[in-house]
Amino acid sequence: MAKKPLIILLLVAAALLLLPFGLPRFYIYLTALIVTMGLLATSLNFALGYGGIYQLHHGVFYGTGAYATAVMITKLGYSPWLAFIAGPLAAAALSLVMGIICIRLSKLYFGMLQISLGSLVWAIVYRWYSFTGGDDGIHGISIPSLIGSSKGAYYFTMIVAGLAMFFMYRILHSPFGSTLQGIRDNAVRSQAIGVNVRLHQLAALVMAGFFAGVAGVLFVVVDNSVFPDMLFWTLSLEITIMALLGGWFTFLGPMLGAAVIVSLRTFVSTYTEYWTFAMGLLLMLVILFLPEGVLGKVFEIWKRRKSLEVRS
Amino acid sequence: MEFISAFCSPGVLCQILLGLSRTVILFIVASGLSLILGVLRIPNIAHGSLYMIGAFMAYTVSKAFGGGIMGFWMAILLAPLGVALVSFIIERGIFSRLYEREHIMLFLLTFSFSLVFGDLVKMVWGAEYRSVSTPSFFQGSIPIFGLPFPIYNFFLLLMGPIVAILLWIIVNKTKMGKISRAAAVDREMVSAVGINVSLVFCIVFVIGCFLAGLGGALVAPIVNVVLGMDHTLIMEAFLIVIIGGLGNIWGALLGSLIFGLTQSLGILIWPQFGIVFPYAAVIVVLSFRPTGLLRSTW
Repeated sequence: MAKKPLIILLLVAAALLLLPFGLPRFYIYLTALIVTMGLLATSLNFALGYGGIYQLHHGVFYGTGAYATAVMITKLGYSPWLAFIAGPLAAAALSLVMGIICIRLSKLYFGMLQISLGSLVWAIVYRWYSFTGGDDGIHGISIPSLIGSSKGAYYFTMIVAGLAMFFMYRILHSPFGSTLQGIRDNAVRSQAIGVNVRLHQLAALVMAGFFAGVAGVLFVVVDNSVFPDMLFWTLSLEITIMALLGGWFTFLGPMLGAAVIVSLRTFVSTYTEYWTFAMGLLLMLVILFLPEGVLGKVFEIWKRRKSLEVRS
Repeated sequence: MEFISAFCSPGVLCQILLGLSRTVILFIVASGLSLILGVLRIPNIAHGSLYMIGAFMAYTVSKAFGGGIMGFWMAILLAPLGVALVSFIIERGIFSRLYEREHIMLFLLTFSFSLVFGDLVKMVWGAEYRSVSTPSFFQGSIPIFGLPFPIYNFFLLLMGPIVAILLWIIVNKTKMGKISRAAAVDREMVSAVGINVSLVFCIVFVIGCFLAGLGGALVAPIVNVVLGMDHTLIMEAFLIVIIGGLGNIWGALLGSLIFGLTQSLGILIWPQFGIVFPYAAVIVVLSFRPTGLLRSTW
């Protein structure tokens, strides 16, 4: 990584660490929520942007991670710390099973089968009142007192999300990540030079599912509740919008997209109840005029200027 | 033997008939979606919203004509036309410029339309429940195998085959249908022989959306017309199209049958998890036939 972005990144990190001392509680909660959704959108981009896999129902893994944690704490009485580890593992396991079923199909068929399997999971969660709380979800999940306060939850979210982002970055910049992008750009050629395409894609899916599960756990910590809408397909498309808005082919783009969407939802909905209208219009404009996303566009301009400088 | 006699009980047969009338609605909506997917290759999420708009328009039209027989028939006639008009505007305005984009972009674009339409419906009709009254001769029920069966569902069972046959004639017997099938396979070649492909696409899109509106208008009298009625339906319609084979109208029929029947019978078998059965059926079908039961045009 070049020097300049690293400095910016450190400044942002420092600002995020100091933030809780200057802001009212609501904004601490909002920032934690943005980072959680940003982690989720980044984990989607892991499969969608870098892997080129049509991961259309990513929300299921997020919801599964959150529900697994919530159910383990409230219904099964396990220690929350154990539940925090179990959540992502459950999401990764689901991702593995769904991946094995779906991976034979290509592109849109893959996405549709995934939506179908995800809807199945949603329907079970939605109806299984005795275990998952049905359409009410589970509220008031007790969190260890260390991270129970809003500041504690905030720092926990920052540290875990930071670690998760770091690991994802390292994975994407490892040989595995390069292979994954090679498969995205030309699966046939990758196959020809001896890459096991299916296995790599499956591994990417499992990792994406795992990190989505981490985001799910963070949501439980931040919000102390889970509800079936977390597994509904509209949320999955919303995450896709976040990734698209920020930029498919940039690592931090989805985080930016999440920040825009979550803030928009929060602030627009205080003025008007029609915030999905605003989001729809925004999405339309992005697709029409900025298909590579905001950060992607910035990079493009930056690169062009760089190359001009070099030439002159 | 016991199983067969249990299966032939009046309750089960009634449930099958109810499932079939649900099938008709699913088929009408899914066939429009399949038509658009097959010819234009747009995975149109906004199709569900058009279905919802159709139902709300049916409510308004039926109310404007003071309910009763006149209101009902005008609703069935005018609501789909209204939806067709909306679809004509968005097709000419936006979609016609974006046919070359990637599928996932089109998918997200139609999702943005569904968000906008969802809120537009909220602005125009509000968030309350609405209901459309059926004319008196459709009210009540007649006994079938000793159990009451709503008359309106018979009307639906009649509409299904009518729509299927009309659609078959349009696609297979008219010049427009032939052109659209050719354009689905090779857009450039059809264009090269001097046919205005853009216009054909527009017509196909409008017909597809008309069907969504018709589905909405037909379902309006038997359900609560309410915001969010598009969300589950569009997912069901998509899965139906996928298991039937993209772009294949008979596939849409077959898929709707699978979906409608597994749902209605699933409720009998295990009431709490009735809604799980159709999704499970989709998984079974796609495990054995990954590209759908019938031949897809893709």
